[in-house]
Formats: sequence, C-alpha cells, structure tokens
Amino acid sequence: MSAIAEKLYRRRRFKNGVALTLASAATLFGLFWLVWILWTTLVNGVAALKPELFYQMTPPPGEDGGLANAFFGSIVMSLLAIVMGTPVGILAGTFLAEYARRSLIGEVIRFVNDILLSAPSIVLGLFVYTLVVKPMGHFSGLAGAITLALIVLPVVVRTTDEMLKLVPSQMREAALSLGVPQWKVTVQVLYRSALPGILTGVLLALARISGETAPLLFTALNNQFWSADLSGPMASVPVVVFQYAMSPYDSWHSLAWAGAFMVTVFVLCISLIARAIIARRKVAND
Amino acid sequence: MTNLNLATAAALNLTTPSEQTTSTAKITARNLNFYYDKFHALKDIRMDIPEKRVTAIIGPSGCGKSTLLRIFNRIYSIYPKLEARGEVMLDGENILDPRYPLNRLRSKVGMVFQKPVPFPMSIFDNIAYGIKHYERLSRADMDVRVEQALRQAAIWDEVKDKLKGSALGLSGGQQQRLCIARAIALRPEVILFDEPTSALDPIATGKIEQLVEELKRDFTIAIVTHNMQQAARCSDYTAFMYLGELIEFGETETMFTRPSKQQTEDYITGRFG
Repeated sequence: MSAIAEKLYRRRRFKNGVALTLASAATLFGLFWLVWILWTTLVNGVAALKPELFYQMTPPPGEDGGLANAFFGSIVMSLLAIVMGTPVGILAGTFLAEYARRSLIGEVIRFVNDILLSAPSIVLGLFVYTLVVKPMGHFSGLAGAITLALIVLPVVVRTTDEMLKLVPSQMREAALSLGVPQWKVTVQVLYRSALPGILTGVLLALARISGETAPLLFTALNNQFWSADLSGPMASVPVVVFQYAMSPYDSWHSLAWAGAFMVTVFVLCISLIARAIIARRKVAND
Repeated sequence: MTNLNLATAAALNLTTPSEQTTSTAKITARNLNFYYDKFHALKDIRMDIPEKRVTAIIGPSGCGKSTLLRIFNRIYSIYPKLEARGEVMLDGENILDPRYPLNRLRSKVGMVFQKPVPFPMSIFDNIAYGIKHYERLSRADMDVRVEQALRQAAIWDEVKDKLKGSALGLSGGQQQRLCIARAIALRPEVILFDEPTSALDPIATGKIEQLVEELKRDFTIAIVTHNMQQAARCSDYTAFMYLGELIEFGETETMFTRPSKQQTEDYITGRFG
C-alpha cells in the first residue's frame, strides 16, 4: 500500500518537474526576444538622443535635423483621435452594458466590435483613404486622426462595457431603488465607479495608436516640414521611423532609432500610469 | 399568554393570519405569482404587511423570500424576463399596475440590500443624492436633512466629522447604516431589508437590529432574513415561506412557540433548511 503510494508520488513529482521545465523554457524563450528588442531599442535610441530632436525638422539626407514635426503630428493626430473616439466609444459601451446586456442585438454588436478590435489597421487606413482622402483629393492629418479614432473606438467600447459590467448589480439596484431614473444612475453613480477602468482603457488605446504606422501611410502620409494644417499631409513618428529606417543613410537611421525609442518610452509611461490607476482603485475598493 | 395574544389579535382585528383586515395593512398581496421566465417562483401569495410593524420573512434558500420582497418596490423589473402577476396594494393602490408611477413607488418604498453598497462619493453626497432627485433644498435645509437621516440611522456621531470623506472608507457595519440613512432620507413609508446583516459581524448586526426596532415607530418594515434568531428578536410578525408558497403567517411569538403547521415547526427547530 505505502509502496504504491510512494511510487505514485514519485511519478507525480516527475510529471510536475517536466511541466515546470517546459513552462519555464517557453517563458524564457518569449522573454529572450522581447528583452533583445527592448535592449537594442534602448542602446541605439539613447545613443541617438539629442536636444535637436525636439526643435529641428526632419532633414533631407546628409543634413542634421530632428523630429519636431513628427512629434507634433503624432501628438495632434493621437489626441484628436482620442477626442473623436472616446465619447462615441463610451456611449456605445454604455449601451452594451446597461441597455443591451442580455439581448441579441447586444451580442451582435459586441461580436462586430470584437472584429473591429482585431481588424488589421491597414484595412482601416484603406477604408478612410476611400472615404476621406479620395474625395478630398489629397492626404491629410484629419484623415490620419479619423483612422486612429477608428482604432480607439473598439478598445473604448470594450473596456467601457467590461468595466460597467464589473460594477456590482447591487449598486445599480440601490440607486434605482431611490427612484432615480436609469440614465442618471448611469451617469452619476456607475460612471464614477467605473471611471478608473474606463480611463485605463482610453490610455491603452492611446498607447496602441501612438505606434500605428500602416493606417497613417494611406491617410496622413508624411511631411518633411512643420505643418499644423490638419487638411494637409502631416508627419508622424511611426511613419518617419518607417521611412528613415528603410533608407540607406546613417543620419536617418539614427533619427529612426531615436523615434522608436521615444515611442517605446511613451507607451511604457502610459502603461505605468494605467497600472497605477488600477492599483489605486483596488486599494479604494478593499 | 394566550389571552394576551388573543387580545392583540383582536386589537389588530386578526382572526386567522390570512384574514387580516386591510385597515392596518400597509401592503397587501393577493393572488401574487412570480415567474423567472418559465420558472414559477411564487405561488398564489396572500399576505398582509401591517403598518408600523416589523414583518420578518424567513425560509430556506430559494424559497422565494427575497423574490417576494423585491416585488414590493418593483426592483425586479430592471431585469428582463421577470414577471409578477396578481395584486400588491400599497395604501389601496395596485403597484403592479403599469400605470403606477415607479418614481412614486420608489419614494414610498425604500430598500436596503444584503451587501452594503455606498455610492462612490462622499458620505454627505450619498445621503443628499436621492433627496436632490425629489426636492430642491437650500444648502442649509439639505444639511439639516442629511443630519436628520444620519441621526435616525444611528451613525451621525461616527461620521459627523468626516462628511466630506469618501463613504468607501467606512467599515461594513457603518456602510450598511449609511445605506439605511440613504433610504430614510427620502422619508419613505416602507423600508425593505434584504438580509441586511448577513455580511456583517455580530456587533454590527446587533446595532442594525436595534436600529430596526427603533425605526418601526416611523416606518413599516419588511425584513428578509436567514437568521431565525434575528427574526425572533426583532420582528412583530413572521412569514414562513417554502418552495414559493407562504406556509404560515402570524405573530412572531406564536410562530416560534406554537406554529400551526408542521413544516414551520420543522424549519424553526432546525430539522431542515
């Protein structure tokens, strides 16, 4: 009896060891590439950092310059995209969570939204190209922002939906049992409760669009010069990185590394802020 | 003892539990049936909730006691596929009639839930929130109303110095009394308690029970509880439910000493449920 138990125990330990080894190896394999990518970006990016990046324009080959117009374009288009995508996303997410939670129409919209969420961003770029760029006759920062807004939209819809669903139903019942109508309960009570989560979703959407290249190629294109005109082509960091990294010039390569590094740092900061918001919420709930 | 009970029964004009007169009944349910989609959860409930008394509703899990309570302010109606049929009269008007304004019903019938759910705002705003929906008060008047409600819910002394602080920082027992204050603040006539102490420790529970005892001077109270001692301690009337039916209704003392149905006796003596 005990000999059998001993044998079973040894076998279980062996299996456990195999599973642990395989899982650890897979983790290390994944991390290896990630660390390599980040390390290369860090080393090359830091080496390419210089103050001129922030006040000089993207240069022609062989000359010195910076990325000021690209930074500006990225910031303007990303913020505009957030401004356009967030309100619509929050309203749609509210509809899904509060008014269509168990209905067929809700399920259909949720499904379509998930498709949009994972749609290749270049498809969205082509969509806006046909819808905005062609009728206008030229590329524009506005078209770029609209494309980015289409990427923001499903992310915000999804997080708003999920975060409102996490609000305990008793909170809803308690507010409704005071006789307060549903829209007021949603705006005044549920949004407050879900706000950190929704904010996190918006930040993650911002992180996501700040590195998007493909959708901008067909819409905002690029611009070698300073331009604050949304109806004309606009530079952006990812597109400049793309263009410069493909070039044969060393000075352009260096700027591309600096751009890639800055975008990475930006995304990292956004993620940290999002985590901090979530952590603070957990403390408040406990 | 028997004489006393008979005397009270006569005073309340009670003959048998199911034939109470409506003169002292705040809420009367007749032929009340409830369906969760196809599941028949309440069967032909006939029950009177006497005015300014505490009525406890007891019974094993799934017997329909919470379902019954949740009909009295139609809170069930926020979920699809739930349906109540029959009559529930509040002061002589059928609240199940779709024409009965929900706003009025909810201002007359307040509710306190199992888990205390303060709104994510300050203690003051938690109380003022509901009032603002019905009345336009000056700042000074609102201060008075909020203080009144907090005093009545026996939590004023604990929170008076931190009214602007978040309600989420209070302990569970305090949060629950805050929720009671929030319900009281609207000056309802009926307060429904849905297992208000099941998430609280014995000391906090004791405070809530004492509070319920005091509140019955001003309000009609219905309380759903899993805890039979609680029903015995703080209610005047008890309803025993089993499998969606009202098995027995009567004065709490009678119910716990000489129940007339075998099932009631089995339940309160702990033989099942």
